[in-house]
Amino acid sequence: MDLQTLWFAAVAVLWIGFLLLEGFDFGVAALLPVLGRRTADRHLMLRSIGPLWDGNEVWLITAAGAVFAAFPGWYATWLPALYLPFVFVLFGLIIRAVAFEWRHQSHDPRWDGTWTHVITVGSLIAALGVGAALGTTTLGLPIDGDGIRVGGSFAGVGWAALLGAVAVLAFSLVHGALFLALKTDGDVRLRARAFALRWSPVAALPLLTWAGWVHLRSGTPVTAVLWVVGALAVLVTWARIRVDHEGQAFAGWAVLLVSSAATIFGAAYPVVVPSTIDPAFDVTIADASVSNYTLTVMTWAAAVGLPVVLGYQAWTYWVFRKRLTAEPQHEDAPRSGEAPAPSELPA
Amino acid sequence: MDVLDIARWQFGITTVYHFMMVPLTIGLGILLVVMHTMWVRTDDPEWLRMTRFWGKVFLINFVLGVATGLVQEFQFGLAWSEYSRFVGDVFGSLLALEALLAFFLESTFLGLWIFGWGRIPKKLHLATLWAAVIGSTVSAYFIIAANSWMQHPVGVVADDATGRPVQVDFLAVLTNNTALAAFTHTIVAALMVAGALLVGVGLYHLRRRKLAGRSPEEIDHRVWRRSVRIGGWVSLAAFVLVAATGDWQAKLMYHQQPLKMSSAEALCETEAPASFSIFAWNKLGSNECDDVHSITVPGLLSFLAHGDFTSEVPGVNELQERYSEVYGATYPDDPSRFGNLAGEPVDYQPVLAVTYWSFRLMIGMGAVSAGVAAHALWSTRRGRVPTSRIGVYGSLAAVGAPFVANAAGWIFTEMGRQPFVVVPNPDVPVDEQIWFFTAQAVSPGVTAAEVWTSLGALTLVYGVLAVIELGLLTRFIRSGITAGDTSTTPPIGTGRDDDRREGPDGGAGGAGGGRRADDDVLQFAY
Repeated sequence: MDLQTLWFAAVAVLWIGFLLLEGFDFGVAALLPVLGRRTADRHLMLRSIGPLWDGNEVWLITAAGAVFAAFPGWYATWLPALYLPFVFVLFGLIIRAVAFEWRHQSHDPRWDGTWTHVITVGSLIAALGVGAALGTTTLGLPIDGDGIRVGGSFAGVGWAALLGAVAVLAFSLVHGALFLALKTDGDVRLRARAFALRWSPVAALPLLTWAGWVHLRSGTPVTAVLWVVGALAVLVTWARIRVDHEGQAFAGWAVLLVSSAATIFGAAYPVVVPSTIDPAFDVTIADASVSNYTLTVMTWAAAVGLPVVLGYQAWTYWVFRKRLTAEPQHEDAPRSGEAPAPSELPA
Repeated sequence: MDVLDIARWQFGITTVYHFMMVPLTIGLGILLVVMHTMWVRTDDPEWLRMTRFWGKVFLINFVLGVATGLVQEFQFGLAWSEYSRFVGDVFGSLLALEALLAFFLESTFLGLWIFGWGRIPKKLHLATLWAAVIGSTVSAYFIIAANSWMQHPVGVVADDATGRPVQVDFLAVLTNNTALAAFTHTIVAALMVAGALLVGVGLYHLRRRKLAGRSPEEIDHRVWRRSVRIGGWVSLAAFVLVAATGDWQAKLMYHQQPLKMSSAEALCETEAPASFSIFAWNKLGSNECDDVHSITVPGLLSFLAHGDFTSEVPGVNELQERYSEVYGATYPDDPSRFGNLAGEPVDYQPVLAVTYWSFRLMIGMGAVSAGVAAHALWSTRRGRVPTSRIGVYGSLAAVGAPFVANAAGWIFTEMGRQPFVVVPNPDVPVDEQIWFFTAQAVSPGVTAAEVWTSLGALTLVYGVLAVIELGLLTRFIRSGITAGDTSTTPPIGTGRDDDRREGPDGGAGGAGGGRRADDDVLQFAY
């Protein structure tokens, strides 16, 4: 495998890692008004992602950084073509981040409630926006032969963007619910379970549609198999959550994401920005890539750095592996429902 | 204004804003590591209180730095796509490595530190803070290496077909002398920011407690006093190092970007020996060097540039001519790449007033800060508590001085390299040099309306967030040392891996149960 292909795969892995990790904290945040009926419930939900969201978000920075580092031609075509949508995503990420940290600065319930809403809104914007951006980079943007957008500020926002946006949000909602079912106890756990049971089959559809679409356009037998694995994973998720095996359901839902995203990236390869104007204008990894020397340097850095990162992030999840409950005085009472085996937690 | 100008304003505003949070994160992070380490070593409750109070200040500030840092990464692609294409072989990998090797470390371990009080063993918990702060420092190194490569591109050759830089020596990029000087300068400047904050806040509380008749035997008194002493000495030591590293940087710049330095001195004609300008004025609105009048110290500039009092320092007029000969008197006549500026004359002289005054503002504010620190140390010697309103509130106001100095320094170095975004490296033969004009760096497909929209929206959001952040910091700082804890006794004694603490209170305060126990961890955390 040549280095460009390796780095295409690496970029795909980083985006998948981002969706897999930040997906649940987007989901938990978006579900705050749905599953968090009491203030204590919402606090519990926020506490479940409190120590994790920032580390998860670095996956986005690293994924975007890797696109820039390995394929500047991809970065420099994709971002300006979706200029305003990306700015909107940044807006969502900014307000969400500060809300997480500032919401505890006052005991005034209105203050806390406002920032909790900001977290929800920011997360919705970010999930939809990142989904839209990934949708267009795999399904097509109106770019000319110089990689310049044609047709005005919102020319890139069409069906592809809409599908990507809905797919990522729908995935995140169920992912967040399954995470809550796994990480919390009490009412929130039960409601999250019920939510996942009801919505997981529907929520998988946009993602599977997106993956199927890219596959039909430029897929291979391998991507066909991956797509089927993703579809089967939805059945597994649904079957396991029905019998309250939360860890297995969470794992099943993760398999849906990994297989579908692998289908999408695998089928799109080697095109990184398809042109909706003329396939001759498609940006491929060969057009977009940096030199082999730079790719070699980065390969070494990633080979050393990434396992270390995975190691300490896994350790964080281990440290915070216990189930959380909303009742403050639970300590003296026997705890119902013990924590799942830590191995069921994602790393 | 056209897209280029709006995009430049946007980059300037967002970057200067981002760099209000960054030096405090770096500087206070380093001091926090010291405080927390001292607590673990000595078990002295004063160190614990300091760690928790300053830790919370650190966290309120940290998140805004993270949030605004996102904009930084994306705007290279959004507004400066031609730049991103041109420098992709070098610049992108530094950003990616920053994320992989530094940001993960910083954010993951900071999360562990925040939520790890009483939940992980004491020494391991300390190690998480070390890891997070090392992450911040490493990230500073990578981003400064990236910036320094634009100031002084090393480790690359020009591609024959495209003219773009192709990386051939990654180690040279990482050990760029410009980067080493700028990194050390930035880190010690960040320590000045943290030192000034400790001094200002400490003096304010000492005075307030004394006027209220509180006993100096109380732990809070000792905590504030220690903050002032540490902050003062750190500021003074950092100021000496800022001067030393600044001198190192300036000597490099006289060689690498002579026009930046001559503009900083408003030195029009070549002089030997060259004199240093203390104050200059020119015709309003003129960027002509010859309109400038200056009060000078003879020979000093030669010393700053070359280490002796006689060497020649080239002036702006001579340099402008030299640059025109080598890099062209006009921009290439290619509107697709240079927009309105295609075929127009190139002004190689940076905006004189900006370079001249930002340079002086940087030095002046640094000196003010050092003076305040020296005064604070003197006025708190042998247990004294200053109560002079002017002295104490002056010190509090002077917390802003090193922030201004940092911003001025960046404005100087970035405006001073115009009209280039990648400055040619003088150590390379001219026909092998790489350079890139700012005018050709902007995204070609993006419209002025789009950039206006993002500039307006970002400025508005940043403004609102600044007001909130300052409000939160002020309120928290005023409320004093125990504000980080609900209990009056130092929390979490042992840091044993105590299962009891895994409950909903998350284990931070251990503050006697109650309704708010739920939020105790978060009270510290956030």
